[in-house]
Amino acid sequence: MAYSDEVRKLYQEQIRALQEAGILKEERFIHSSQAAEIEVEFPAGAPLKKVINMCANNYLGLSNQPEVIKAAHEGLDRRGFGLSSVRFICGTQDIHRQLEEKMTEFLGTEDTILFPSCMDANAGVFEAILTKEDVIISDRLVHASLIDGIRLCSAMNDSYKHSDMDHLEQKLQMYQDKRLRLVVTDGVFSMDGDCARLDRMVDLCEKYNAMLLVDDSHATGFIGKTGRGTHEKFGVMGKVDIITTTFGKALGGATGGCVSGRKEIVEMCRQKARPYLFSNTVAPVIIAGVLRVLEILSATTERRDKLEKNTDYWRRGLTEAGFILKEGDTPIVPIMLYNAKLAQDFSVALYDEGIYAIGFFFPVVPQGQARIRTQISAAHELHHLDKALEAFIKVGKKFDILHKTKQEIIDKYGM
Amino acid sequence: MDELKEVIKNYVTDEYLEPDSDPIDYDTPLISGGIVDSFSMVSLKRFLENKYHIQIPDDKATPEAFDSVNKIAELVREFVKD
Repeated sequence: MAYSDEVRKLYQEQIRALQEAGILKEERFIHSSQAAEIEVEFPAGAPLKKVINMCANNYLGLSNQPEVIKAAHEGLDRRGFGLSSVRFICGTQDIHRQLEEKMTEFLGTEDTILFPSCMDANAGVFEAILTKEDVIISDRLVHASLIDGIRLCSAMNDSYKHSDMDHLEQKLQMYQDKRLRLVVTDGVFSMDGDCARLDRMVDLCEKYNAMLLVDDSHATGFIGKTGRGTHEKFGVMGKVDIITTTFGKALGGATGGCVSGRKEIVEMCRQKARPYLFSNTVAPVIIAGVLRVLEILSATTERRDKLEKNTDYWRRGLTEAGFILKEGDTPIVPIMLYNAKLAQDFSVALYDEGIYAIGFFFPVVPQGQARIRTQISAAHELHHLDKALEAFIKVGKKFDILHKTKQEIIDKYGM
Repeated sequence: MDELKEVIKNYVTDEYLEPDSDPIDYDTPLISGGIVDSFSMVSLKRFLENKYHIQIPDDKATPEAFDSVNKIAELVREFVKD
């Protein structure tokens, strides 16, 4: 037997080590659809509990929006459940191309190609367009999927300090001998909630003849005055060469992603990106739902406006209560606790108060930077935020971290 | 004081450490200690090659050979012609 007792023991020991280190991830079972209030079974077997969800990527509250669900039903009825094919054999329906065109229009780019996820888009794009004669220069805090994609590519890679434009400039100068330079960043950084300085980056890329790729997964649909993303916020629409983004967050939250940008780059992905060529086409039900999402977002900015107001309300409330937040103005609002165990205990205490928010710690964030990451949604009403704030303050008092400095929290709980 | 080691230490400090990080010494594990990630190693290699007019072959530029100031200095000395 290949899966011998020794092999089993090897894995059991690794899992036990994760458990002992307190970093074993346990999933909580949700018995409702994704919303501001959800019904959760946690721990497994426990009675269901209604809690306020403060950690979903459901930024615009579209995950269970009736019009989107209706459109998805219609897509299912008209175009079937699956295509049983990759795109280039017999997996491209009219609605796939329609969504690519609508995304192009929404993002203000030249063309778009769909992927099963943004993880796949990021895994495929670099290898499709770069060779060993080229260099990729990425922000040190980019998302794991970009790091994996860069690793799969033969181009040389280097990094610059997080959002440090002087450092990026030095790196661009250093690699002027390469054939192509591609600068890579998240639009909104998922763990800190801050934005890349795209106006400065576009200037630098123009000065040093480099292309720019932005993963806007935590921005598409709500950042910028009409929700087009970080390129809209920084006034550089049409100047970002490649945008990768997801349908799995603000745009309905189901699944799927895309590469959108220069026409030739999109075509290169269609010809060469392996996750595109070798995985199934995105199911029609998803396509139909996302098409409806884009119609909703193109008609009104009501949802992103509400999200902006909610975010402001939440950040102000937490700051006045005496929590230390990562600065920013996006709906990703991290509450800094520094110590991993404190972050976990805080999350459990919040759950007891009816609030669902997760602790993040190393290796997801740097050592000594543990936090509770909250994410605001347009689905939240003020009464949800008030109740959540009340619970955060109660738990904050319990752990005695309100109106304390970083050093005071570290002195009390350690890094 | 070893000038080569100081040059390497200063570069690593400027390039990879945050202002509030603990200072490094010649034996601090850089890659296995999580200070320099494998992505960033390439700029260190490039810096050394440009500064000392050498070529470090890729098969010599392993994470082990770049794991401390002392080890990097040893590697550079292999290629610097007196």
